[in-house]
Amino acid sequence: MSENPSTSLIHARGLTKRFGDFTAVDAIDFDVAPAEAFGFLGPNGAGKTSTMRMIGSVSPITDGTLTVLGLDPRINGPQIRARLGVVPQQDTLDTELTVRENLVLYGRYFGLSREECGRRADELLDFAQLTERQNDEVEPLSGGMKRRLTIARALINEPELLLLDEPTTGLDPQARHLLWDRLYRLKQRGVTLVLTTHYMDEAEQLCDRLVVMDKAKIVAEGSPRQLIERYSTKEVTELRFPADVQDSLDGKLDGLAERIERLADRVLLYADDGEAVAVAAHERGLKPETVLVRRSTLEDVFLRLTGRSLIE
Amino acid sequence: MAALSHVLEHRAVQYRRTFRSSVFSSFLSPVLFLTAMGLGLGGYVDRSGGAALGGLTYLQFLAPGLLAATVMQAAAFEATFPIIGGLNWQRTFHAMYATPLSPRDIALGNLVWMAIRLAMIATVFTVVIIAFGAAHSPLVVLGIPVAVLTGMAFGAPIAAYSATQRTPNKFNVIFRFGITPLFLFSGTFFPIESLPGFLQPVAWLSPLWHGVDLTRGLVLGTLGQNPVAMLAHVIVLTTIVAVSTWAAVRTIERRLVRG
Repeated sequence: MSENPSTSLIHARGLTKRFGDFTAVDAIDFDVAPAEAFGFLGPNGAGKTSTMRMIGSVSPITDGTLTVLGLDPRINGPQIRARLGVVPQQDTLDTELTVRENLVLYGRYFGLSREECGRRADELLDFAQLTERQNDEVEPLSGGMKRRLTIARALINEPELLLLDEPTTGLDPQARHLLWDRLYRLKQRGVTLVLTTHYMDEAEQLCDRLVVMDKAKIVAEGSPRQLIERYSTKEVTELRFPADVQDSLDGKLDGLAERIERLADRVLLYADDGEAVAVAAHERGLKPETVLVRRSTLEDVFLRLTGRSLIE
Repeated sequence: MAALSHVLEHRAVQYRRTFRSSVFSSFLSPVLFLTAMGLGLGGYVDRSGGAALGGLTYLQFLAPGLLAATVMQAAAFEATFPIIGGLNWQRTFHAMYATPLSPRDIALGNLVWMAIRLAMIATVFTVVIIAFGAAHSPLVVLGIPVAVLTGMAFGAPIAAYSATQRTPNKFNVIFRFGITPLFLFSGTFFPIESLPGFLQPVAWLSPLWHGVDLTRGLVLGTLGQNPVAMLAHVIVLTTIVAVSTWAAVRTIERRLVRG
């Protein structure tokens, strides 16, 4: 990680966004290095989209400092936007145009010639696996196809930095995996990715490094692995009890694990050896309906940091 | 200006899809109106003598007013749904704002496109007026820019308002209590001198009346009879367009920045 603003693609210190009395982003600090895949992980309303819009130079910062590609968004908004690709949370495709026209006309906004737009559109249609649908209208496309077209459109200006706000929210698992594969290819080509997500699996799949956001603040920063090592144990044992039993468990689990989290429908026991915890629980005469031993995830990190689940 | 031309290119490609049906209905509307009102109703009006219309046939009186009024209606439509759609439904204006375009480019590009659309409608209408023999002066072609100016005196302020709305719920109010009464009572179908005395000053407040009177002067070649009034019409309409264009740039920018 680079702390030096001259080598960071994005450099933020005390970055703040307020709407009237409401503070959407509260004095956050972060840097994004070239060719990195950087994530903002947090629940809805944590301030992720407001942060992305400030980076995207479409929403003025209220306080602090922010440089994007070494430029100040307050002064150089158009120059910054010329070098960014943006995939917004909500599709902004033109449904009155065909798939191909969406790409070509968007390229024109970046001052590219029609020939150049056409050439790039061909490549991007191939990349987004939409060549066969290029002359179709946008509306009948599936959600996954629309997302891929939005990503292709964001790449028409060959951006140095690609901003993705909740790129796979609302997609089915197959469409998500296809999209992750495309994003992974971009990363391998050296495109810097900045994405927001409230899916911990997405953050683990795509991000080299991420910050966990909650209530307008950054509460932790590191690689997915570092965060798990720092804030959770190696394994988690999930015990699910009948509702009336779970309510009368007081004290019976004490000392079984390093840390115990009680959720509405199950109990999570954090320890490096999950099997041993399961055996010990059994020896105490506890009879859970189901026992699941698994590795810790970013979901556990989030729970530890905020006391809440990512998806509520 | 390059950025603005790209917005026009985008809108033109969108429009190409509906070009045929759009041109057809641009023809159909004046043909139907001038046949029913100008020839049909006009036949009765003319039998009672043309004194009230200053010696004109009713068709001659009606055609220029209807040109301005039709362009006004088209402007009201172009300034509501496409604007709210670009900002709230398809959100294409937000997509444009993620490029080097400024909110000003986006707002002005769409307003200029609106003016181009109105010019197309006015041109088709003028061709129909000539075909009906209702034009009496070569100045008839100047009716096109005047009709566009009149239309923009509605289009620009309505666009400024549309950009503040997230739903189209209040658009009905604009059409029902704004556009339709103005269409009927701004001297389009009968001279405003026929209105009750206290209502006449109200008609002067209508931008459409300024547009109708000006268009009528041009189409009928009677402009020279009252040059001061004509100049006043141009000043009123131009001022409305200038101020409300500035307002539309502001409201569209505010909406884009807010997200």
